[in-house]
Amino acid sequence: MLMLALDTSTSAITVAVHDGETVLGDHTVLDARRHTELLAPGITTALAAAGVAVTDLTDIAVGVGPGPFTGLRVGLVTALTLGHTRGIAVHGVCSLDALAQGAGIEGDFLVATDARRKEVYWARYRGESGVPTRLSEPVVGRAADIPAEVRALPVVGRGALLYPEALPDGGEPLDVYAGDVALVAQRALEAGEALPVEPMYLRRPDALTTAERQAAVERA
Amino acid sequence: MTDEPLVLGIETSCDETGVGIVRGETLLVDAIASSVDEHARFGGVVPEVASRAHLEAMVPTIERACATAGVALTDLDGIAVTSGPGLAGALMVGVASAKALGIGLGVPVYGVNHLASHVAVDIVEHGPLPEPTMALLVSGGHSSLLLVPDVTDDIRPLGSTIDDAAGEAFDKVARVLGLPFPGGPHIDRAARDGAIEIDFPRGLTSGRDMERHRYDFSFSGLKTAVSRWVQARQAAGEDVPVADVAASFQEAVTDVLTRKAILACQEQGVGHLQIGGGVAANTRLRAMAQERCDRAGIQLRVPRPGLCTDNGAMVASLGAQMMAKGRVPSGLDFPADSSMPVTDVHNEPAGPASAHDALHAG
Repeated sequence: MLMLALDTSTSAITVAVHDGETVLGDHTVLDARRHTELLAPGITTALAAAGVAVTDLTDIAVGVGPGPFTGLRVGLVTALTLGHTRGIAVHGVCSLDALAQGAGIEGDFLVATDARRKEVYWARYRGESGVPTRLSEPVVGRAADIPAEVRALPVVGRGALLYPEALPDGGEPLDVYAGDVALVAQRALEAGEALPVEPMYLRRPDALTTAERQAAVERA
Repeated sequence: MTDEPLVLGIETSCDETGVGIVRGETLLVDAIASSVDEHARFGGVVPEVASRAHLEAMVPTIERACATAGVALTDLDGIAVTSGPGLAGALMVGVASAKALGIGLGVPVYGVNHLASHVAVDIVEHGPLPEPTMALLVSGGHSSLLLVPDVTDDIRPLGSTIDDAAGEAFDKVARVLGLPFPGGPHIDRAARDGAIEIDFPRGLTSGRDMERHRYDFSFSGLKTAVSRWVQARQAAGEDVPVADVAASFQEAVTDVLTRKAILACQEQGVGHLQIGGGVAANTRLRAMAQERCDRAGIQLRVPRPGLCTDNGAMVASLGAQMMAKGRVPSGLDFPADSSMPVTDVHNEPAGPASAHDALHAG
């Protein structure tokens, strides 16, 4: 296996080439606003670092979020197009699962990332023998609204950095690393799980239909 | 023929996911997936809805374009993509997809200007562009008069709208008349049964305006005038003659557009006028432009309606011209630029050439 993994759901624009055993080469840059500019050069850099030609790739894994929409889509469309172009499979991984993988925490913990608008994307995990299992579906909401017993757990992701009063036990990693996206994807593939590439938006588009606007006017 | 570049073009600046393939000056396919129906219930294009639809449609539209044209991706010589102007989040989907194609195929990528593509599309319809050409681009987002000495390199804006785009005025007037979104085709249809008997204002055509805004347009006042006229009718308890209002409004828009475009041709000594953009699909605009150009001795070029609205073929056509003229590819680090000026016909590479060739050497 020669897997290209990438993620654009957090502040990291991260790419790794993984052979099923180890990361052969990677490239990560922190810039939450320039995915369009930096992801494609990051891919060529990671491939060059790994000494792998794009024509040798057998699989692609991509973080499907949740994450801020525009950046997230850059990663998804890049993975889907590159997969189609090379005729290889593209696997979708929950980005919070990749962060949990990078945490290396035993026992219960929380992954909370920046959802902007004063909210976080979060899910609860349990680490056993280095393998994190997600205990709840990812959701979006204010950090202070997460149940108190969950907020008290160790936290990875930028959520704790942004809202330390609500999430006091914050730690690293803050952002997704593509090597972890590859690991999570490979473990799921070995277990025979399907990994559809479906973006996890968790929010509806910000817009009212003409009917909704009319109803709002009539209510007022 | 085979030494002409085979280029795939991607367009995602608004609500159409367009993928076209062109060989030199020959159109092979123009595949479109539109999210317009999803926007209709919002009464206008919602950027996030458009971006989500682009992501879903991108690869299937590429697949469909290749299958229809009988082209394998590996046959392509280059990729062109709209990098601006347009909706930022929507542009990013196309730009990222184009770069992935470039990486995967080891071919150059050109980030190109949406407005320049609207001009270049006529090359696959009516052959090489006369140089210079005068271009009138009218759509929901733009209303511009451009002097085009070289569509790959030299585009000079003469004038543009100072408020609403022409297509925007069609949408807003349609709403006032209770016609669905998008307004253009509905007003066009309604106007066929109407009489042009309401004298709506022609923006920026008075003596003083013709000094300061000779080649500029304004449609905001027209839209307000239509709105007031309709409200006055309703307030008086009378029926609104929708067909007459549509016809009179449409006449006011097309009168100003064609008058100023022909004036520009005459004053700049340009013998060819090309009209593009979604509003160029309007039947009255096409007819009036033909009449007035014939009278003025100007050659008019208007692509078929399907190539006037946003599409991928126009991007591919400009990309093919870029390759034929030996323009430098954009590399892989160019941005999506929502306010890209028309003078930037394509993204010039910032640094040394990208690592394509090295990747495919191995």
